[in-house]
Amino acid sequence: MAKVQLKDVVLARSGDKGDTCDISVFAPNEAVYEHLKRVLTPDVVKAHFGAWVQGPVERFEVPNVLALKFLCHGALGGGASSSLRLDNLGKCFGSNLMRLEIDMPDQLLNQLRAGGEDR
Amino acid sequence: MKQVLVGAAQGFYGDIIEPAVDLAEKSDVQYLCFDCLAELTLAILQKDRQRDPSLGYTKDVTTTARALLPYVKRKGIKLITNAGGLNPEGARREMARIAQELGLQGLRIATATGDDILDRLDELQAAGVDLSDRETGQPLDAIRDRLLFANAYLGAQPIVEALRQGADVVITGRTTDTAQFLAPLIYEFGWAADDWDRLAQGLVLGHLMECSGQVTGGNFSGDWWNVPDLDRIGYPLAEVSEDGSFILTKAPGTGGRVSVDTVREQFLYEIHDPTTYITPDAVADLTTVRIEQAGPDRVRVSGAKGRPAPPTLKAVMGYRNGFMGSGMIGFAWPKALTKARRAAEIIRKQLDRLGVQYEEFWVDYLGVNALHGPAAPIPDEEKINEVFLRVSIRTKDREQAARLARLFPPLVLNGPPGVAMMPFAAHTRELIGLWTTLIPRELVEEKVRVSVEEVG
Repeated sequence: MAKVQLKDVVLARSGDKGDTCDISVFAPNEAVYEHLKRVLTPDVVKAHFGAWVQGPVERFEVPNVLALKFLCHGALGGGASSSLRLDNLGKCFGSNLMRLEIDMPDQLLNQLRAGGEDR
Repeated sequence: MKQVLVGAAQGFYGDIIEPAVDLAEKSDVQYLCFDCLAELTLAILQKDRQRDPSLGYTKDVTTTARALLPYVKRKGIKLITNAGGLNPEGARREMARIAQELGLQGLRIATATGDDILDRLDELQAAGVDLSDRETGQPLDAIRDRLLFANAYLGAQPIVEALRQGADVVITGRTTDTAQFLAPLIYEFGWAADDWDRLAQGLVLGHLMECSGQVTGGNFSGDWWNVPDLDRIGYPLAEVSEDGSFILTKAPGTGGRVSVDTVREQFLYEIHDPTTYITPDAVADLTTVRIEQAGPDRVRVSGAKGRPAPPTLKAVMGYRNGFMGSGMIGFAWPKALTKARRAAEIIRKQLDRLGVQYEEFWVDYLGVNALHGPAAPIPDEEKINEVFLRVSIRTKDREQAARLARLFPPLVLNGPPGVAMMPFAAHTRELIGLWTTLIPRELVEEKVRVSVEEVG
């Protein structure tokens, strides 16, 4: 088991709808996807963002594109046009989530490194 | 086998036009489709219309018309845009003016209206429609006197009707992001209104294309540094088959990238529940879609499942929601962050001493954690070269908000040392609240009008 930052493992894009930030996280392969399903829970995501996500975090699984989608409610200071935030559109939440450190089995990590640039 | 080629021209009000010209010039695109209306755009257009009743559409239709109408005439490309905003007739007049200027007589420009329900709210309430906000449950009366705009989201059908009437250019007001892209497919292939799976494919296509460069290598979180020539990024082009499956690509010789990764990032962008992508045309399930590489810069998309469209249309209203005052000032090493923090304290104390009435006081440290907030670790201060402090307040009226800006210049002389003002960084602006509600669709659709006029 090793600690890795999500940025070395996933793709992520985020955006807004009202005061909800919508983040999608994409795994490079099925094995990693299954692992992410276990470790990347709504609670973990909510804890990562701390005070910036006031409401609950919902998660959807989208296996056809190896993705997990997180809806973070109460995350944008009132929503784009009512927000005092600089990132009022939530476009930086994806890269923010990539800061998160998760445990990864060595085998998955080795596979990923061998696959390297193909992803 | 029949194929229809649909291209994306603009992803928002203010988008560049060159990629659309590339598509018109270098590909066999048949329809160039625009999504110009973000949730907030109508608030901007409303302010234009209040100043001048002939406005209320996106002003870049002038540039668009000059750049693209010659191709409409020469290559038979059709333009479908929601640039009409709050005044599709005004946008048509402006397009027709440019067409005449360019000597393009005979061009047929259509408008579709009926989305604007601001003047119909009493009538709708009298008909028993509950216009409470879906998010908060508050009744409309709470904001009624502060409303700026109120529009229902129309689907593809009015655009299809305009195409059937022979339009070369179709201008609408508020539509779903996907309507402009789905409409030509329904028109060309004759898809039935209950052909849910094909319609769902068209929605997926529209959703992938409506943010223009975001599917062709823009805003890509992977190896973005390897994506070539973003300075001349190509916008998406779809080669659509009768069954609704399509190849997503871009014009030859343009920058950017079309790969499974760039496509899947956009695929789930801002859609919330992936099993239930709701539009007036169908409800699409995105969890059955297949996305596969089909060649260099070519991605095949197929397999969407659709369900019947809901009996209601979504309407979004914008209302005046107070003001924001904001200012910025920079501090240099050493102890740049400590200086910025101290300056924020000074400003807060001065605001309070002046008796400025604010509802929220917000501080950002640009260069440290303004974009990532509490999750961003604070670096060792010795290593921070500079920090920009941004202070914002939320107030009920404009005068209170504007008082914040005046506190910044004196900080240069009276505050911590090593400071630079950011020119023009202080500003005051009105905040717009958004109100979402559902309206029985027949009450909106009975007022939808499509008209086609020929440029004389």
